[in-house]
Amino acid sequence: MATSGTRPRAVGRPVKRVEDGRLLAGQGRFVDDLHLPRMVHAAFVRSPHAHARVRHVSVSRALALPGVVAVLTADEAARLCHPWRGILTDYVGMKTALQYPLALDKVRYVGEPVVAVAAADRYVAEDACDLVEVEYETLPAVVDPEAAMRPGTPLIHEELGDNVIYRGGFDKGEVDQAFARAHRVYRDRFVVGRQTCVALEPRSLVAAYEPREGSLSVWISSQVPHMMQAIFARILGLPEQKIRVVAPDVGGSFGLKIHCYSDDVAACLLAMRLGRPVKWIADRLESFATDIHCREHLVDVEAAVSADGTVLGLRSRAITGVGPWSCYPRSSVVEGNQVIRLLTGPYRIRNYKAELNVVAQNKALMSQYRAVGHPIASMVMESMLDRAARDLQLDPVEIRRRNLVRRDELPYTTAFGYVFESGSYLESLELALDKGGYARWREEQARGRREGRHLGIGLSCFIELTAPGSFYGSGGAPISAQDSATVRVEPGGTVTALIGVTNQGQGAHTAFAQIIADQLGVSVEDVNVMSGDTALVPYGGGTSGSRGAVLGAGASILACRAVAEKVRRIAGHLLEAAPDDVELRDGKVSVRGAPDRSLTLADIGFRVYYQSDKLPRDLEPSLEATAHYTPARPITWANGVHMVVVEVDVETGLVKILRYVTVEDCGPMINPALVAEQVRGAVVQGIGSTLYEHVVYDAEGQLLTRTLMDYLVPGAAEMPDIEVHHLETPSPFTLGGFKGIAEAGTAGAPGAILNAVNDALAPFGVRLTRQPITPDLIRSALRQAPALNRDGRR
Amino acid sequence: MKPAPFEYLAPRTVPEAVSLLARHGEEAKLLAGGQSLVPLMNMRLARPRRVIDLNRTQGLAYIREVNGALRIGGMTRQATLERSPVIGGRCPLLPEALALVGHPAIRSRGTIGGSLAHADPAAELPAAIAALDGQITATGPRGERTLPATSFFLGVLTTALAPDEVLTEIALPALPPRTGTCFLEVARRHGDFALVGVAVVVSRRSDGACGHARLVFCGVGPTPVRVARAEALVSGRRPDAAVFAAVEGLVRETLQPDGDLHASADYRREVAGVVARRALTTAWSRTNHG
Ligand SMILES: Cc1cc2nc3c(=O)[nH]c(=O)nc-3n(C[C@H](O)[C@H](O)[C@H](O)COP(=O)(O)OP(=O)(O)OC[C@H]3O[C@@H](n4cnc5c(N)ncnc54)[C@H](O)[C@@H]3O)c2cc1C
Repeated sequence: MATSGTRPRAVGRPVKRVEDGRLLAGQGRFVDDLHLPRMVHAAFVRSPHAHARVRHVSVSRALALPGVVAVLTADEAARLCHPWRGILTDYVGMKTALQYPLALDKVRYVGEPVVAVAAADRYVAEDACDLVEVEYETLPAVVDPEAAMRPGTPLIHEELGDNVIYRGGFDKGEVDQAFARAHRVYRDRFVVGRQTCVALEPRSLVAAYEPREGSLSVWISSQVPHMMQAIFARILGLPEQKIRVVAPDVGGSFGLKIHCYSDDVAACLLAMRLGRPVKWIADRLESFATDIHCREHLVDVEAAVSADGTVLGLRSRAITGVGPWSCYPRSSVVEGNQVIRLLTGPYRIRNYKAELNVVAQNKALMSQYRAVGHPIASMVMESMLDRAARDLQLDPVEIRRRNLVRRDELPYTTAFGYVFESGSYLESLELALDKGGYARWREEQARGRREGRHLGIGLSCFIELTAPGSFYGSGGAPISAQDSATVRVEPGGTVTALIGVTNQGQGAHTAFAQIIADQLGVSVEDVNVMSGDTALVPYGGGTSGSRGAVLGAGASILACRAVAEKVRRIAGHLLEAAPDDVELRDGKVSVRGAPDRSLTLADIGFRVYYQSDKLPRDLEPSLEATAHYTPARPITWANGVHMVVVEVDVETGLVKILRYVTVEDCGPMINPALVAEQVRGAVVQGIGSTLYEHVVYDAEGQLLTRTLMDYLVPGAAEMPDIEVHHLETPSPFTLGGFKGIAEAGTAGAPGAILNAVNDALAPFGVRLTRQPITPDLIRSALRQAPALNRDGRR
Repeated sequence: MKPAPFEYLAPRTVPEAVSLLARHGEEAKLLAGGQSLVPLMNMRLARPRRVIDLNRTQGLAYIREVNGALRIGGMTRQATLERSPVIGGRCPLLPEALALVGHPAIRSRGTIGGSLAHADPAAELPAAIAALDGQITATGPRGERTLPATSFFLGVLTTALAPDEVLTEIALPALPPRTGTCFLEVARRHGDFALVGVAVVVSRRSDGACGHARLVFCGVGPTPVRVARAEALVSGRRPDAAVFAAVEGLVRETLQPDGDLHASADYRREVAGVVARRALTTAWSRTNHG
């Protein structure tokens, strides 16, 4: 076994990111930095309509433009590839239409690609797009998700018979009895606006086809190179071994870059047809129109509560509008399902009935974004708790204390059937209240109200589904549930690691270097981690679902153990000791209790690689091992609490965050600085969801938020100081006890912020159940508030 | 997001720029800081055949003080104005407004002339220049003409500039003694165009009452909107909280803003009243120091 030596262990320390020097110096290598000989550039003619029949396409003028090398039409694209369908078979009854790279007979959302052009540069390619003539016959657009379900509404795909993609739900416990017993029943409707991911680096791709080999190389800004290899193979009809997918540096992803996009496929088809490399980089207009969107939900909820604030039962009905198709291969039904499944949060609610409708509309496709479903579930639950607390005259803290699952109730099975094995639900709450100064802020709030300042305090207690050890594969999607690592001691005694998990800004390479350094007793600087290339790294699942650290660490530990075992056997032979008596520490391999009998890893490396003829035949001359790891449980649950203090300017509706405190429990931390930054980045995205970000379509399905001037992401000035505190409750089931952390901040923020705003507005009798919370929304609620003069002032 | 093809021209002198404009007329666009024009071209919403770059044209970027009045060249960068001690001393309203224009990177390139010529209804500078009784000089083939800011702005993205004219100078008259100013706006995020903004200029007479008064709004109409009745309400009085509240009410009743993606008409009307009251209160308190 690797042992901890005299050097402080790397794991658990805030080691500086090994990635940073290069990235901060502007020396990152992103897809757009790649320039291949003979490369051409793609651009797309995109639908200006939400719903229309394509009557006629004429490309002759575009083809005639100097510099244009190819124009790909929808018919041709359809002939050159296999269409795809975003179904997960374990969601019984779901249906969605086949998808093609370019719109065949109809366009179904604004921005849908209709024709692809390749030209000498992007300027000419866009000029050529202007010359393509498309004749449309517009059709009524289906925009509103509730309307989409109504009989008589126009059909987005006639062959499917209706616009419903999936209907599901469950009924657990004795729900009707719980409601019959209730002291009070609270009902609300929550409306959650559409959002999108907005990565700094847009979707980007370079595809190069070698016709004589029949091989395709794709450099793509992606979280999931192996998944892309599998789906390109299926769609393009190429064997997997002939496809290499490389994700170089990736500038943010957040769930954006784990899907099959039609423009990516079309760009690959252009490359295959031309036998020349094709580059396509989405611009911001394309990003807003065609990146996956997320989070459009209506949630009707009813809570049955006893006089002491115990939540006896819940009913929820959710409707999610997901665009014309269920996204391939992860589908578009997971987010809605997570909304209903996660709604009970860390609370002891045994009786719960839920219903879900996932519907098609004439908007961009919707799928997974950071914290899939969590923020909505948490916001709904947290808001209902605050409502009950206010009505029952309980402190919001007290109602949470009464309903949170206690440590002595673990393992706890939720109404839906999730099993919490370990967690710190109450402990996290108490720590957040203490660190956040909850009691002091309540006093400050009372003082402020006397002075006409409106402070509000909001809490959210949440769970985070991390490190899924099974998920999409069981629905038939080519998405790995395992992950991988190859660890090699080089001849000079340093270490190279090839990891299946990808890196897109979260510092994964640093975290794995720390783990490997400890396992092999070397320093972090002596470990070089690489990822993102299907030709280089063992088969992996990339990054999603807060899986990277847990699965990557597990695979790294197993690979290191195997390498250490090899080292010990060879060192045992050389030092004439039993392998079990050999230990690895401080870059040395020595006999336990006899430090003078030692070798360096370089000594062993030299012997293994250059003098293997001098080793006994039964010792394999290898210092390398590959391991694959799947967590023992389908889900590893992390948890946390956010406490937020806001001030609302009731005259303008502006919300200012005065204090933001989080407590996160992701088990033992590999690197506390990386954890804190994951939390901060995620919280900022949660702030975006709650206060700023909104994809807006008008009643005709026109996209109104097409630029960063109209789609508002929080900037530096909108980011408060975010204080991050930690509890470390290990998982009994993962190697190292690690749990995921990447999505917690995004999950917890909306509930806490909504509650804080509502707490501030409570004296006016105002309670909002909508997101984003805009200044206009606050003002119009205040204007209509009962307990108020016309001005919305005190 | 690449512009349609265009020809690039870089005149060295104003007459050269004017004659290029005269030759190419509506087909040409002047390029100043490019912070509004280039995005429009990249989105192919503007497709000028020719771009006439003023960045190499001599003698268009300056700040001069003449007897307390200010003369500012059309190509003066917003960042230069923001940091200029002369401007800060003579006209603190401008740096206060400029700090709200986009972000530092945008102000490093963006020019005052570009902002005025572009005439975005939500932009800060047009309202500020109007509140300062600014005069705008345009130079064309027929020579120079100067017109008051209030008649320069004609509509959304529309000014009195002829297609062959260059905005060459902005002149700001000296402010009366003991003048207080304030620029205040409400925006969704720091650096966004204002949902509603107001530029206020008020002067304290020797008898302690308010003399000169200007209230000009942005974001509430197709051009900067001056509310003369509100000015009349404060002028000649010793304004106090009751007067400021009366101004708020008057502003709310007078303005007829449109709603858009970011805020409804009702919101803008109400909040225009609020920022008017707040800005006026602050500006008046500053007359003590002026
Ligand atoms: C992200 C972002 C945020 C912004 N936020 C704000 C904001 O909050 N508030 C705000 O007011 N502005 C904002 N702007 C716009 C910015 O202030 C621009 O600088 C300004 O609108 C135009 O100035 P410019 O020098 O860049 O002009 P350009 O973009 O070069 O030109 C704009 C127009 O004016 C014409 N023009 C320019 N100079 C002259 C001249 N001397 N004579 C005649 N015509 C001329 C051009 O032909 C063009 O039609 C923002 C811009 C960006 C990119």
